[in-house]
Order: sequence, then structure tokens, then C-alpha cells
Amino acid sequence: MRVTVRLFARLRDLAGWGELVRDVPDPATVQSVWRTLVAEMPALQDYERTMSVAVNADYSKMTAPVSDGDEVAFLPPVSGG
Amino acid sequence: MAAVAVTADPLDLQALTAEIAGSSTGDGAVATFVGLVREQNQGRRVSFLDYEAYEPLAVRALNRILDEARDTWPTTRIGVHHRIGRLELGEASIVIVAASAHRGDAFAACRYTIERVKQIVPIWKHEHFAGGDVWLEGATADPDDEAARQAALRIACA
Repeated sequence: MRVTVRLFARLRDLAGWGELVRDVPDPATVQSVWRTLVAEMPALQDYERTMSVAVNADYSKMTAPVSDGDEVAFLPPVSGG
Repeated sequence: MAAVAVTADPLDLQALTAEIAGSSTGDGAVATFVGLVREQNQGRRVSFLDYEAYEPLAVRALNRILDEARDTWPTTRIGVHHRIGRLELGEASIVIVAASAHRGDAFAACRYTIERVKQIVPIWKHEHFAGGDVWLEGATADPDDEAARQAALRIACA
């Protein structure tokens, strides 16, 4: 199945892209999508402890299921204001 | 004008104040907060900031903050606009307006809003300074972290 992956801020810089459509094995969770990214880009690994995740622009958990067509976002610690 | 916005356009405190407070004769107080791009940060001389947002979730998180504030200060009305993109020194990155019958609630709701913005709204500062650039990283955003929410509430009501 296909999901849209979004990366922001320094995660985006590390990966070199901010949005990609990817094929991931079904069934998928946020965690399994993240692991496919880390397998290709080990530099992202450090963010696992501090990042937040979102599915379809709503905050979510690493254990949440992901469906075909979903948008999965990985968010470094925030610094707005 | 919407009470909540994430926009690349310059912010307009007067317009937001008129929107939030202009129509009510029941208000006794309007508290406002304006966040500015500062030249000095952690010993670095800042050239400019580039703000990035996950916009749909940022709007959702801002609305959540306003819902939280309404639960705590039911008669207070709040507006919050956050700017994104490149901001020069001295420009406003965020404006918050809280209108209420009494000053205590207006001040508290305004302070609560900025503290929660810094905790849970997916916006990032990319700081450009003399000699380099760095992504600033603050809080791990978790809207369900009740300890963080209580910390914001304590600061707001101090």
C-alpha cells in the first residue's frame, strides 16, 4: 500500500526531502513506516526519542495503524512562538 | 478575519484586536502578546528567522489551545495568528489577543496561549546567524501530556 510521508524542519533537511509517496508493507503502523525511513537514512534514528508523529494531520502514536492513502508526518520538537 | 491563522503575511494586531474585542460591550480588559524576532539568541547574532509549519495540524493545535482556554476561562475570547516564512529582526512572529470581563482572566488566557503554543503547535524556527544556521528545537509536542498543560496553567496563573 502507499502512504505519503511528510518530514519537517531538521528531519526534512537530514533526509533531503519533505514529502514523498512510498510503498510500505501491509499492515503498517507509524512505527513500521518510520523503520523503513531509518533503514535508508540512519541519521534520522536519533529523533525517535524526541519527535512527535501525526496521521492525516492529527497527532498520533507510533503504534497507530496506517491505511492506504494516509499521510504520515514526523515532527521534531517544536519551536514556534 | 479568523480567530486562528497561520500565514506568510505580516501580522496585524489592531485588526485581530478589533475582531476579537471590537463587538462586545461586556469586556473590561484586552490583553495582547506580540512575539518578535530578536537579534541575540544563545550568544548568536541572529540575521533572520525562517519559520516552517505543518499548517493543517498547526491550525488544529491552535484551535485546541483556544478550546482548552475556554474551558478554563469561559467568558474569555481569544485570537492567535502565527506568521511563517522569512522574518527579519523586529518583525512579529505571533500575535495573541484575549478579551474578557476582567484583567486577570485576560492576562492569564493570553499567557496560557503562548505557553501552549510553545508546547504543542508544529511550527519550527530556522535561525540564520552570522556564520551559520540552526533549527531550534524546544518541546516534544504531545497535546495529551497533562503535566505540560498543568505547567502552562501554573505559569499563566502565577
